Amino acid sequence: MASQLDQALKHAPLRAPAPLFDRGKPDSGPRSQRGFMRILGILAVVLLAALPFIDASAYTISIATSALIYIMLCMGLNVVVGYAGLLDLGYIAFFAVGAYISGILTTVLDWPMWAAVPATILACILAGIIIGGPTLRLRSDYLAIVTLGFGEIIRITANNLDVTGGPSGIHGIPTWSFGDWSFRDGLELFGIRFSGTILFYYFVALIVVTLGIIGLSRLARGRMGRAWKAVRDDEDAAEAMGINTYATKISAYIIGAVWAGLAGQLMATHLTAISPNSFQFLYSALILMAVVLGGMGSTPGVIIGALFVSLAPELLREFSEWRFLIFGVLLVVVMLFRPSGLWPATAVLPWLRARKPRAWPATAPIESLRDDARNEPAPREGRPEAASTGDPADDEEVRR
Amino acid sequence: MTALLEVRDLHLRFGGVKAVDGLSFEVREGEILAVIGPNGAGKTSAFNCISGFYRPTSGSISFDGRSIMRVLPSTITRRGMARTFQNLRLFKEMTVLDNVKTAMHANLREGIFDNLLHTPRYLRAEEACAREARGWLDFVGFEGDEQLFVTQLPYGEQRRVEIARALATSPKLLLLDEPAAGLNYGEKQGLMRLIRKIRDLGVGIVLIEHDMGLVMELAERIVVLNYGKEIADGTPAEIKANPVVIEAYLGAEDEEAAIDDTTLTQSVPIAADDERKGEQA
Repeated sequence: MASQLDQALKHAPLRAPAPLFDRGKPDSGPRSQRGFMRILGILAVVLLAALPFIDASAYTISIATSALIYIMLCMGLNVVVGYAGLLDLGYIAFFAVGAYISGILTTVLDWPMWAAVPATILACILAGIIIGGPTLRLRSDYLAIVTLGFGEIIRITANNLDVTGGPSGIHGIPTWSFGDWSFRDGLELFGIRFSGTILFYYFVALIVVTLGIIGLSRLARGRMGRAWKAVRDDEDAAEAMGINTYATKISAYIIGAVWAGLAGQLMATHLTAISPNSFQFLYSALILMAVVLGGMGSTPGVIIGALFVSLAPELLREFSEWRFLIFGVLLVVVMLFRPSGLWPATAVLPWLRARKPRAWPATAPIESLRDDARNEPAPREGRPEAASTGDPADDEEVRR
Repeated sequence: MTALLEVRDLHLRFGGVKAVDGLSFEVREGEILAVIGPNGAGKTSAFNCISGFYRPTSGSISFDGRSIMRVLPSTITRRGMARTFQNLRLFKEMTVLDNVKTAMHANLREGIFDNLLHTPRYLRAEEACAREARGWLDFVGFEGDEQLFVTQLPYGEQRRVEIARALATSPKLLLLDEPAAGLNYGEKQGLMRLIRKIRDLGVGIVLIEHDMGLVMELAERIVVLNYGKEIADGTPAEIKANPVVIEAYLGAEDEEAAIDDTTLTQSVPIAADDERKGEQA
C-alpha cells in the first residue's frame, strides 16, 4: 500500500496518518448517485441506438443529429462556465473555428474529413491560448466583454476573407470518408441497409456520447476538474492550495474550445455548408442559456438544456416569430423557481437525501481530539460505545 | 537550528497607509509562533505578504532557504507553506472530501490522458488521494459525512475541514489566521490540542489570534504588532510583562495597570483602539 501511495503521489514531506478505519468502497448500486446516473446513461444510449428503427425519416434523423451536436457544444461551454466559472459570451467563435478549419481543409485542400480532426483540435487549442492568454487575467465582467468581442471578430473575419468564402461561406463540405468508402455509400449490416445520414447520425452519437459526455464527466471528477471547481468557488483559496489559477483557467478554456471545435466540425459535415450567419452572437447567447437553464456544472442538466434549445424551435415552428419571446419568458420562470437550473450540479437524488453518515468506531484518539472533554464529562449522547459492528443500519441506530 | 521562515524588515504600503512597517521575525521548524496586536495592526496584511497574495513594498522574505518575494501564492504553497483564511474560505459547491482532495493538486501524479482513459495510474492516484484526504479528516477529528457539501456542516466542523485542507498540501509551515474566531470554549480546547498535534508532526505554525488565553497557553514565542510596527517579540511571560505591549492594548495612562490573562481575554483591543483614535483627534 505504502509503495503504491509513493508511486501515485509526488514527493511530499508530510503524509497523512492512515485513516482511522476503512470506509470500504463507495456504494455503486443502482440506488446510489453514480449507479443511478450510469443507468440513465445506458438508457439514453439504448434510446439513441433505437431511434433510426423507430423513425428513420430524414427530418427526424436530421434534427436528432443537430441536437446531439448541440449537446457536445453545450458540454464544452459547461466546462468554461459551469466548472471554471468563466462567463464566455463568444463561445460560438470556437465552433466557427472548428467548422471553418475543417471546411477549408476538406473543400480547398481536399483533405479527408478524418485528417482534419487533428488540425481542428490544434487550431482550437491555439485559438484558446490566443484569446485566453491575455483575457483570463481579467476578472469576470471584463472577461465577458472581451469574449463577446472575440466572437464578433471571428464572424466578421470569416465574412471578409476570401478563403472562407466571404458572406456566402463554404459549400459542398464532404462527409466522412475512409479510403474509398464514405458514409454516403451507406452500409449493409445483418441484412439491414443503413443510409448515409443514419450512419452519420450513429457516428455523431458515438462521438458525442463516448467522447463528449463521458470524457468531460471523467475530467470533471479528476484532478483537473477539482481545480476548475476550486477556481470557480474561490480563486484565492484555490491559489493558496497550490493551484495555479491562471493555468487552470486556460486549461478549462482550451478544453472548452476543443469540444466546440469538434462540434463545429460535425456541424459542418452535417449541414455540408457553413456561412458567417450561422455564428452570430445570438447562438452564443442561446447555448449559454442552455447551460444556465439546465444547471451550470451539471452533466444531465446541460444535456436537458441543450435538447431544449435545439428541439424547441422545431416544436414551436408555428410560433417562429415568437420563439425568442417564449424562450425569454421561460428562462425568467425557470430562474425564479429553480435558480440553479432544472437539474442543479449539487442535486442529490431524493432517496439519498435522508442518508445518515456512517458512525465512527469509538476509539480513544478521537475522543481526546474532540473538544467536549471538559464541557461534557459524560460521553456524548448517541456515541457508539462498542466498536462498529460493520452493519450500517446498526450504526445508524446507535448514532441517532 | 535554522529558521524555516525568515522575514526581514517587511514594509507594505497602500498609498499613504503603512499597513506593515518594518516587520522582522523568524520561525523555526516545529515551533508555534503567535502574532498578536490590536485590530488593524497589520497582522493579516503581513500574512498576505508572506503567503504571496500581497506584494510587499520592500523587505525580504525567505522560506526554507529560498526567497519567496514576487513568487505566486500557488508556488509558495508547493514549496511547503499552507495557510487558512480569517473568514472561512472553503470551496462551497464541493463536498468535504473533494475540498481536501483539491489541496493535493500539486502532489498528484495524474495527467489529462490518464484521467480521460482511466489508466491504472489515474485509479491509483485517485485511491491514494482519497486515502490521504480521509487520513487528514480523521487527523483533525472531523467525524461528519465527508460526502456532504461543506455548506451543510456546522461552523466548527467547517473550521476543521479548512485545517485538514491546509494540511493536505503537505506543508512545512502552516499559517493560521484567527483559527479560533467564532468557536466556543470547548471547541477552542479541541483546537489547541489539534494545533499541538500538528506541531508534533514537525510543522512550524504561525498563528494570528485575538484570544489571549489561547495564545498565552499555546505559543512558544509571540510577536506583537501595532500600527504595522513590531513592538515586541518574546516568550509569553516576557510579553505579559512588557510595558509597551500593555500600553498598546490598554492605553498609555494606565501604567500601573496589572495585566493578566483575564484582562487581555476580554475584548480590550477594540476599546484600546477607540481610545487611541480619541487621543489623536
